[in-house]
Amino acid sequence: MNYSQFEIWVIIALMAIGTFAIRFSFLGLIGSKRMPPLIERMLRFTPVAVLPGMVAPLVLWPTDAVDGVTLLHLAAASAAVGTAYMTRKVIWGMLAGLSVFFVPVLFDLL
Amino acid sequence: MTRSLEKSAFWTGVVDVLPYIVMVVPFATFFGVVAIEAGLSLAQTLSFSIMVIAGASQFAALQLMLDNAAIVFILAAALAVNLRMAMYSAALAPHLGRAPLLQRAIIGYLNFDQSYVLAVAKYEDQPDMPLPSRVAYFLGVSLTIAPLWCLFTYIGAEIGAWIPANLEVSFVLPLAFLSTVAPMLKSPAHIAAAGVSIILALALAGLPSGSGLLIAALCAMVTGVVVETLLERRA
Repeated sequence: MNYSQFEIWVIIALMAIGTFAIRFSFLGLIGSKRMPPLIERMLRFTPVAVLPGMVAPLVLWPTDAVDGVTLLHLAAASAAVGTAYMTRKVIWGMLAGLSVFFVPVLFDLL
Repeated sequence: MTRSLEKSAFWTGVVDVLPYIVMVVPFATFFGVVAIEAGLSLAQTLSFSIMVIAGASQFAALQLMLDNAAIVFILAAALAVNLRMAMYSAALAPHLGRAPLLQRAIIGYLNFDQSYVLAVAKYEDQPDMPLPSRVAYFLGVSLTIAPLWCLFTYIGAEIGAWIPANLEVSFVLPLAFLSTVAPMLKSPAHIAAAGVSIILALALAGLPSGSGLLIAALCAMVTGVVVETLLERRA
C-alpha cells in the first residue's frame, strides 16, 4: 500500500460522507418520493454486479501467494461459495472457506 | 404511557436483531485483522468502522488500497457497493419520513442491511405503529449492531497484530466476498449479472486498477435488469 497517512484519512472521510449521503438520500427529502422504477431495478443488482468482479481476480491471482494460485485457494473459494449458497447464510460459507484454507496451514505450523 | 410504548418498541428491536449478531461479530473481527495486516493504523481501522459502518464496502476499499488503485476508483467502487442503501432509504421514507430532521439524520447514519430488513418487515406487519415507536424500534435494532461492529473491529485489530506473517491473511477477503454474494444469487437474473461481472472484470484486468471493475459492474447491472425483464415477459 502506497498512500500517505493524509491520503488514507481522505479516503476514509470521503467514504463516510458518500455513504451517509446515499443512506440519508430519500429520508432527507420531504414527503415520500419514489425512485424511477428502472433505477430502482438496477440498484437491486449492485451487490451481485460489483462483488463477483472484485473477487474473481483475487481468487485467480491471490495478492500474497508466493507461488500464485494453488489448489488450496480454489478449494477454499469453492467451499465458501458452495456452503453459503446451499445454506443461504454468510457465516457458514465464511467458516467453510476459512477451515479449508487455514486448517492445513495450522498443521504446517505445528 | 407513550414513553413505555417506545421503550417496549426499542427492546423488541434489540431482541429481533440478536440472531444477526452471529454474523456481525466474525465479519467485524475479520475487518479488524485484515485492515491491520494491510497496513492501516489502529485509529484508521476504527474510524473506518465507526464512520462508514458498511462491511462489504470497507473490505472493497481495503482491497483496492492493497492494489494501490487511484483514490477516485477506490471511492467509486466502494460507494457503488453501498448504492443499494439508496433503495433502503427510499423504502424507509414512507414510514419514517415525518420524523424530525435530526432523527432522520441519525436513522440515515444507522441505515444498513440489518436495520433496513427488520424495520421494513416490522412496519409492514404493523401499519398502525405510531411514528415514535417506529423510530424507537429502528434504534433498538441499529444501536445493538453498530457498537458491536466497532468493538469487534477493535478486537480484530488487536488480534491482527499477533497473527504470524506467513499466514496468508489477505485471502480472507475473497472468502468473505464470496460468502456474502453466494446467498444473493436467488434468480437467473442475479446469476447472469454475477457471471458478466466476473468475465468482464477478468477481461478488463489490464486497465488501471479499479476502472475495469466499474465497467464490469455497470454491464452486469444492465444484464441483470435485461434478463429479469425477459424472464418476466416469458412468464
